[in-house]
Amino acid sequence: MTVHVPSADTRRGSLLGDTWVVARRGIQHIRRQPEALSDVTLQPVMFVLLFAYVFGGAIDVAGGNYREFLMGGIFAQTIVFGAFGVAISLAYDRTNGAIDRFRSLPMAKGSVLAGHAVASLMRSLLPVVLMSICGLIVGWRIHTSVADAVGGYALMIGFSFAMIWVGVLMGAMLPSPEAVQGVAFTALFPITFVASTFVPVESLPSVLRTIAEWNPVTAVAEALRTLFGNPSAIQGPDAPWSIQHPVIYSLAWMVGIIAVCAPLAVRAYNRTIAD
Amino acid sequence: MSTHAIEAVGLIKRYGDKEALAGVSFEVPRGAVCGLLGPNGAGKTTAVRILTTLTGADGGTATVAGLDVATRGGDVRARIGLAAQDATVDALLTGRENLIMIGELHHLGRRVAAARADELLEQFDLSDAGGRLAKTYSGGMRRRLDLAATLVARPEVLFLDEPTTGLDPRARNELWDVLDTLVADGTTILLTTQYLEEADRLADDIVVVDHGRVIARGDARALKRQVGGSQLFATPTDPGDLERVAAMIGDIAGAPPGIDVPSRLVQAPTDGGPLAVSRLADALGDAGIAVDDIGLRQPTLDDVFLTLTGEHIAEEQPQEVAR
Repeated sequence: MTVHVPSADTRRGSLLGDTWVVARRGIQHIRRQPEALSDVTLQPVMFVLLFAYVFGGAIDVAGGNYREFLMGGIFAQTIVFGAFGVAISLAYDRTNGAIDRFRSLPMAKGSVLAGHAVASLMRSLLPVVLMSICGLIVGWRIHTSVADAVGGYALMIGFSFAMIWVGVLMGAMLPSPEAVQGVAFTALFPITFVASTFVPVESLPSVLRTIAEWNPVTAVAEALRTLFGNPSAIQGPDAPWSIQHPVIYSLAWMVGIIAVCAPLAVRAYNRTIAD
Repeated sequence: MSTHAIEAVGLIKRYGDKEALAGVSFEVPRGAVCGLLGPNGAGKTTAVRILTTLTGADGGTATVAGLDVATRGGDVRARIGLAAQDATVDALLTGRENLIMIGELHHLGRRVAAARADELLEQFDLSDAGGRLAKTYSGGMRRRLDLAATLVARPEVLFLDEPTTGLDPRARNELWDVLDTLVADGTTILLTTQYLEEADRLADDIVVVDHGRVIARGDARALKRQVGGSQLFATPTDPGDLERVAAMIGDIAGAPPGIDVPSRLVQAPTDGGPLAVSRLADALGDAGIAVDDIGLRQPTLDDVFLTLTGEHIAEEQPQEVAR
C-alpha cells in the first residue's frame, strides 16, 4: 500500500504549527544530551543546595537568612545563562547543515528562530520550576501577595525572552558552538558574578560595587527579592536608583535588550544563512 | 506548463570579487536525470543553492517545477527535495522522527507524515533502525535516511549535491540502485558529482561546469565523441621506449599522443578502429619493442573532462597527466 501524499497545492502550514515542530525537536535535543539535560535539571538543584549549605553559613545578609536571599540571585543567573542554550543550539544547527535543510522546506518565515526561542524558554524555565521546589524544601518562602509572586515569575519569563535575543545574536555572529562556549564563559560568568547574585553588594570593593549596583543581573535578582518579599542586598536610603527601583530598572533592561538585540539578531541571523 | 522541470538562464552569483557562477544556463526535461559535473569549486553547489532557493542569484533567472525560484520560493520548496553535500539528518532524533519531522514541515499532517515515514524506512531498508537515534547510524545509513527525508513529500524535482561523497564503494552502489528506482517513478533529478563514473552511470544528460561556466553538455556518448573517438594505446615494457612508441602511435592515429610516464601509458585518439591496433602491433614488432599492453578503448568521461578542462588541471596539479 502506498501512502497518499496530498498534492503541494493543497498543503497549508502555519507559523504556529511549524514553530511547534522546531520547538519539539529542540526539547528532544535537550532530553537526549546528557549534559544539556543535567544543565536544566541536576545543575540548578545542585546550585541551590551548594550555595544554601556551603556558603549559607559564611555569608551574612542583613535582615534575613541567606537561603531566602540566594533564590532571587540564582533565578537571575539561570535566566541570563539561558542565552547560552539558544546560541549553542543555533550555532550547532548552522554548522551541521540543519538550518539549510529547514530553509529548503516550505516552512513559515521565522518559524526556525521562533521554534528555537520556544525550546530555549523551556530550557530556562524548567530549571526555574525545579529550583523553586528545591528552594521551598531548603526554607525559601514567598512572603508577598499572589499578584506579586505572579509578577516575579512573569518577570523571569520576560527576561528569559529578552536573553533569547542575546543568544540568537551570539549564535549568528560566532562561527561555532565552541566559540559560543568560549564567549559565554568569559563574558556571562563575570556578568553574573559581579552582581548581587550570591553576595550582598556592600561586600564588594568600590569599583566592582558600582558595576554590580547597575548590573542588570543585580536588577533582576533584586526585583525578584522585592516581589517575593525576600531579604534584599542593599537596604538604605543612600543606595543608587537602580537598587531602590529594581523592578522598573529590570523592566527597562528587558525592553532595552529586546529593542536593540532582536532586530540586530534577526539581521545577523539572516545574513549568516543567506549565502 | 513548461515541459522542463528545471530551467536556468544566465545564472550569475558573486561572492565578493569571486564569480562563483558566470552565466550558467541549462534545462532539465521532466522525468530526466541531469548530472552537473565539475571539479571542486566549479560552482555546482552554488547552482543547486540558487535552484533550491537557499540563496539568490545576482543575475539570470531560474524556474523549478515551472515556478520562478526568486518570486515563488515557498511554492518551489513544497515541490522539491534537497540532499545537501553533508547528510543533514538530525543526529539526536531517531530515523523515524527525522522523517516525521520533515513530513510535518511539509504540512502533510502527523498521521500521513508517520505513515509516509514508515513507508520510506521500509523502502530504504531502515525499518529495523527506524527507532534508533540517527547518531548511531553508519555513513551509508545516514545517506539513505537523508535521501529518504528528501522524498517524504514526493517531490517533483530532487536535488542531490554530491550524493555519494564519502561513501565506500558498496554503499555507493546501494545508493545508485535506490536512485534507479526513483528515476523509474518519474522523479526529475539534478545531481552534482565529481565522479565521472557516477554521472555516466546515473545521468541521461551531463552538464560539465568549470569556473562557473558550462563548458560542455550532452549525453555521455555525445561527450565522448568530443574527445575524438576511441583511444589507441600501448604500454611499453621499457620506459626508455616511451618516445619511440609515442611517435608510432601519433603516426598511426594521426593525432598528438599523450604520455603518462609513471604508468608508461601512451595513447592518442583515433578513428582508425581495430585496424589501427594491428598496424601498431606490426610497427612495434618491426622495431622490436616489447609492450605489456596494447589496444583500443572507449573514451571515459575522464578523458572528456581532461580534454575540456585539461589546462586548468595542468595548472593546479602539474604532476597529474592524462591517462
